[in-house]
Amino acid sequence: MAQMNMKEAIRDALRVELKRDPNVIVFGEDVGNVGGVFRATEGLQKEFGEERVFDTPLAESAIGGLAVGLGIQGFRPVAEIQFVGFIFEALDQMFVQAARMRFRSGGRYNAPIVFRTPFGGGVKAAELHTDSLEGLAVQTPGIKVVVPSNPYDAKGLMIAAIRDNDPVFFMEHLNLYHAFRAEVPEEDYVVELGKANVVREGSDVTIIAYGMMVHTATKAAEELEKTKGIKAEIIDLRTLNPLDIDTIVTSIKKTNRAIVVQEAQKTSGVAAEVIAQINEKAILHLEAPVLRVTGPDTVYPFAQIEDTWLPTPARIIAAVNKVMEF
Amino acid sequence: MSKVPYEVYTEEVEALSVLSPDGEIVNEAKMPKLTDDQLKEIMYRMVFTRTWDDRAVNLGRQGRLGFYAPVSGQEATMVGSEFALEKDDFICPGYRDMPQIVWHGLPLYQAFLYSRGHQEGGRIPEGVNVLMPQIIIGAQILHAMGIAMGYKLKKQKQVVITYTGDGGSSEGDFYEGLNYAGRFKLPVIFFVQNNGYAITTPFAKQTASLSIAHKAVAAGIRGVKVDGMDVLAVISAVQEAAELARNSEGATLIEGVTYRYRPHSLSDDATKYRTKDEEGEWNAKDPITRLGKYLEKKGLWSDEDTARVKEEAKAKVNEEIKKAEQTQKMTVPGLIDSMFEQTPKHLEEQKADFQ
Repeated sequence: MAQMNMKEAIRDALRVELKRDPNVIVFGEDVGNVGGVFRATEGLQKEFGEERVFDTPLAESAIGGLAVGLGIQGFRPVAEIQFVGFIFEALDQMFVQAARMRFRSGGRYNAPIVFRTPFGGGVKAAELHTDSLEGLAVQTPGIKVVVPSNPYDAKGLMIAAIRDNDPVFFMEHLNLYHAFRAEVPEEDYVVELGKANVVREGSDVTIIAYGMMVHTATKAAEELEKTKGIKAEIIDLRTLNPLDIDTIVTSIKKTNRAIVVQEAQKTSGVAAEVIAQINEKAILHLEAPVLRVTGPDTVYPFAQIEDTWLPTPARIIAAVNKVMEF
Repeated sequence: MSKVPYEVYTEEVEALSVLSPDGEIVNEAKMPKLTDDQLKEIMYRMVFTRTWDDRAVNLGRQGRLGFYAPVSGQEATMVGSEFALEKDDFICPGYRDMPQIVWHGLPLYQAFLYSRGHQEGGRIPEGVNVLMPQIIIGAQILHAMGIAMGYKLKKQKQVVITYTGDGGSSEGDFYEGLNYAGRFKLPVIFFVQNNGYAITTPFAKQTASLSIAHKAVAAGIRGVKVDGMDVLAVISAVQEAAELARNSEGATLIEGVTYRYRPHSLSDDATKYRTKDEEGEWNAKDPITRLGKYLEKKGLWSDEDTARVKEEAKAKVNEEIKKAEQTQKMTVPGLIDSMFEQTPKHLEEQKADFQ
C-alpha cells in the first residue's frame, strides 16, 4: 500500500475519478498548469488534457456558475476555490444556485458538484487565506459539508463526494496537506458521506472534533491518559452535514460526558449544533454539561496570535477536567 | 489588426433597425429570411403575449397570481429572440423572461404555478431546454456560460441564450460571464433588454458607458445594439449571433433597446419615476403595431386576426390558470424530499412535525 500525505491522497482521488468517469472535470484558479497553489492537482492536466483539468480566469463567482452550468449538462465538476476566505465571492453560486437546483427545477436538474477549498489556520498565511467557515455552510440547506482529517479518509470521502448527485462543500485543512503520511490504498474505495468515525476508543469522556482538531484532541487525550488515567474517546465527524448523531449518542451512552472541539468561532456553529442534538437525544445519559473548546467570537486573527487563538491541547484538557469534575 | 494611438475606441453605435415604426423595411440587407407563415406566427405570439400579460396583471390584482413581472412593450425582444433559436437551444432567463421559456416549451399553467409559489411550476419537462427565471440578478449569466461550455465540451451545436436588463449589466456576474465566454470562446448569446429602468433607477444613472453593447469590447466578444421595438431587427441579430456561436466563433452581447409599458412589478408605481410624455413616445414605437402595419400591407394580417388571437389567448389563459389552481398543494414533506437525491435521516425525522 502506498504512503501518502493528505494532499497526495486528494490528488489520487481526483485521478481515480478522472480516469473512471469522463464527465469529471477539474478547474479553478491555477489548478491546471501548475496544479494549484498547494499542488493538489499537480500533473492532472498533463495526464487528462486541458479540456478536463484547466485554469480559469480569476473570478470565484464565475467558477461557481461554471460548475452549476456544467452540472446541468451532466458533468461532475470539481471546482476549487483557492482559499476559504475567497468563497464569499462565490457564495451565491455555491449556497444558493447549486444548493437550490434540485428543488427549483423539480428534480429535472441537479448540481453534482464538489467545491474544494483549503480552510483552517495555523500556517501564518496572509489575511483571509485562513478561517473556518463551515458554520455558514452547515446552515445552508441543500449542500453537504465534508471535512477529512487524514489521507485515507480524504481519498475515500473525495471519491464519494464526486459520485454524489448533490453539491458537496469539501473543506481541506491546509495544515493537514503535508502534516503526515499514512497508508492509502491505490485502488478506488469510498468513505460514505454522513458517517462519523471513532478514531480513539475510551470510556470516560467523548471528544467530538473534525479536521485538524482531531489531532489536537488526540494530543490532549494522550496527555490525559498519561497524567490522570482519563480515557477519552474521540469521534471524528468527517461529514458535518448530514451530521452522524447516532455515533455521538452511542459514545455518550458509554462515557456520559462530552466536549466538542472546533477551530471556528464559538457561537452558533457546528459545536453548538452537536450540543443541541445531544440535548435532544441523549440528555438523560449526561453527567455534566457538554462544553465547547473553540476560537473566540472574533474575526480570524493576523498570523502573530494565531497559535494562541486556535484551540490547544491545554484548553481541551482544561475542558475535559471541568466535565470530569462536574 | 491596425492599431490606433493609445486611446480606446469611444464612438457611439447606432442601433440596428430593419422595420420602421411605419411598418416599412428600412434595411433589406439585414431582413431575416422568414416565410409568410413565420411572419404570421411571430405576430400571433406577440399579440398572444400581450393579452396574456393583460390577463396576468388582472389575475395578480385578484390574488390569483403571486409575483408577476409585466412584459408589455418588450414583446419584440422576448418573442423575437426566442423565435430566432432552434428548439434544442438553451434559455437561461431573468425574472421577467417568462414568455421566452413558455414559447420554448414550458406549459403556461406551470408559469402560473411558479408565480403562485408552487414547486410544480419549476418542474421543467424533459426536452424543454430552459431554466426557471432567475431572481438573483446576473446569476443566470454564469449558468449560461457554464451550459455553453458543456455544449462545447460535448461538441454539440446548440447555443445558449441568457437575458438580463440594463440594471443587470452593472452586476459583477455580468462581467465575469462575458469574460469567461470570451476566454473560452463559448457558444452563448448575452441578451440585455435595456428597458430604461432598473425598477426605478433610469439607465442614465446606471452607467457612464456609451451603451451596454460597448461592454463586450472589454471581454473580447462581439457587441451589437438593436432597436428592441423592432422584432425583425431582433431576429436578425439573434440569428446572426446564433450562427456564429454554432460555427465556434464565440459569444455575442446584444443590447435591445426597449421599454416596459407597465411598472416593474404589481407592487411598483411607475408614475413616481416616469412621465406620461415619455411613455407616449415609446407607445409610438410599439412592436406589435409596427409589425402589424407591415403585415397588413402584405395582406397577411388584419384587425380581425388580432381580435381572434386575443380571444384565443384569453381562453387559453383561463384554461391554464384553472389548471394551476386545481393542482394539488405542495406539502412540507414533499419539499423535504426535494432537497437531496436521498433524504438524509435528520430531514426524514423533521417530516414528523408536518404530518
